Amino acid sequence: MSSPLIKVENLTLRFKTDEGLITAVDNVSFELAPGEIMGLVGESGSGKSVTAKSLMLLNPGNAVYSPESRITLAANGKTVDVFNLKSPRELKVVRGGAISMIFQEPMASFAPAITIGDQMVEQLQLHGDMSERQAKDFSIEMLERVGISDAGTRFKQYAFEFSGGMRQRAMIAMALSTKPKLLIADEPTTALDVTIQAQVIDLMKDLIAEFGMAILFITHDLGVIAQTADRVAVMYLGNIVETGSVRQVIREPAHPYTQGLLHAIPKLEHLDEPLTPVPGDIPSPLDRPSGCVFHTRCSQMIEGKCDTSVPAVTTLTEGHAASCFVAQGGTDGESEALA
Amino acid sequence: MNGTPLISAKNLSVHYGLGLKLFGERQYVRAIENVSLDIPQGSFFGLVGESGSGKTTFGRAILRAAPITKGHINYNDGEVDYDVATIGKVDLKDYRKRSQLIFQDPYAALSPRMTVRDIIAEPLEVMGLTSSRAETDERVREIAAKCRLNLEHLRRFPHAFSGGQRQRISIARALVCQPKFLVADESVAALDVSIQADILNLLKSLTEELGITFLFISHDLSVVAHVCDHVSVMYLGQLVELAPTRKLFAQSLHPYTAALFSAIPSLDPDDHHKAIKLEGEIPSPLSPPSGCRFHTRCSHVQARCQKEKPEWRELDNEHFVACHFAEELNL
Repeated sequence: MSSPLIKVENLTLRFKTDEGLITAVDNVSFELAPGEIMGLVGESGSGKSVTAKSLMLLNPGNAVYSPESRITLAANGKTVDVFNLKSPRELKVVRGGAISMIFQEPMASFAPAITIGDQMVEQLQLHGDMSERQAKDFSIEMLERVGISDAGTRFKQYAFEFSGGMRQRAMIAMALSTKPKLLIADEPTTALDVTIQAQVIDLMKDLIAEFGMAILFITHDLGVIAQTADRVAVMYLGNIVETGSVRQVIREPAHPYTQGLLHAIPKLEHLDEPLTPVPGDIPSPLDRPSGCVFHTRCSQMIEGKCDTSVPAVTTLTEGHAASCFVAQGGTDGESEALA
Repeated sequence: MNGTPLISAKNLSVHYGLGLKLFGERQYVRAIENVSLDIPQGSFFGLVGESGSGKTTFGRAILRAAPITKGHINYNDGEVDYDVATIGKVDLKDYRKRSQLIFQDPYAALSPRMTVRDIIAEPLEVMGLTSSRAETDERVREIAAKCRLNLEHLRRFPHAFSGGQRQRISIARALVCQPKFLVADESVAALDVSIQADILNLLKSLTEELGITFLFISHDLSVVAHVCDHVSVMYLGQLVELAPTRKLFAQSLHPYTAALFSAIPSLDPDDHHKAIKLEGEIPSPLSPPSGCRFHTRCSHVQARCQKEKPEWRELDNEHFVACHFAEELNL
């Protein structure tokens, strides 16, 4: 494997609130190679969006990163320590320079009173040395690339004049026009209909092949991940509980949570199988369970172990790792666990 | 299916006027156009379609929560027989007890200032179904237990609950006046998958236990396939296909249904079936396409589709479709 494009180590993030410190991300580590597509899967509140926003330092002011947290980005032959970036000028490299982001709700992420074209030109001029003329031509070209017909007219329109699918295409065009090394796609298809979702996924696959950037694909839909990603990380309550290649995680899920998620998805091929929910509700981040965060809902919980000590990340097979005592065989791992 | 259907819609249309233009004709959004549909007694009836297809409007029209422009809706539960389109004030009040709605977003549907007990009790109080507070409490406790809420929950406010729990509160509120007919509009769309299965199982067991007929509106075909016994597919205000679930999933006859199926991303990373490409997006209901409304996006389109409206016909036992070429297409 080539040297990673971005490396996240021991990322721990808490939010200061009136009710106290809320742990949103707990000791998360992962890395992405150039051109690799990693899916980040989890339910609402699992910390996947917050993790992604940390890469661009986009979390709100009450966010507290632990001192052990480290994010390093390899861009233009240099290694950048993201937490050392301070001024807006320095931050440009992670905000639209080497990293771009596509958001879930395209209506909310375009400025309503500025034309789509002006927004595209503005960011191109911020991140490059294009003239306005060049930036305009390039923006129209990008809009055409993502399949927006009559791009010259569309360029002068506002976000409300676009339909949902078209807005998401424009968003993608805008994110890609600065030629980022890493694209963060935060639930890019969740607000869209299935037929439009299929169009957008197809488009993203084509563009990945053409531009060759790495993608961090955040979604709660394992089907979308199966069709797009190379690797998956499954998050639950701020922890990555399992990582592996798409085939490993979907075919041989090791963590009881991943197994539960896969069982809970209604599948068209097995209409006779009853749906099995993961029992219980996601605990409030205000009272995170002790030990393994999933033990309150886990059917294979080992009394006196899962509820007291934190399972360490264990490699099961090449490239496939899980944090779970059951997956480890319920024997070792205790010594490495943190109190 | 035997016996009279619980709900029988005939040539139902719902149009919304867009306000008068100074010159020229008034424009209408044709949300529902000429839809006929029977919902059998005791069934778990699915209605699917993209956003903008009119499925929500249809559900609301049946409940008399949307204006009915043309057509009739017959409601017959064996005790009463109403034409919902022309129903009088007194009967409408009675109809409201018999039909209920569960909303999509459990975060928006519950008043933050009311306790769970008050939320669930409100329909009983508004409709005057109980004579004393003790009786109301009794009914609330009974239905809360059925929806797996415990007594301690009843004293709290909605903010203290997670999405799944809130949806159980919404369900309890809808069931407390013992309706015969329930419309669930995207009731699991806002929930996480691990919770979604739980709510679906709950709805299913409750409707079987209480003998409720269900109209389940959703954009998610795989969810519908799992819980519904009948599925109807709507496109731009019209029905394009209707069949018992197994039949529809074994062999869909309309190109739109086939496209919807193929667009569901497979969980198998090595299943590279390409989604049937639907060009563009759903057209505006202000000026729906001529002939078959789906012809602008259909990959099997022929000259006839642009001119002639396809007939709604029963091609196979209980399998209805609106497509000129349903027999010839091998989807």
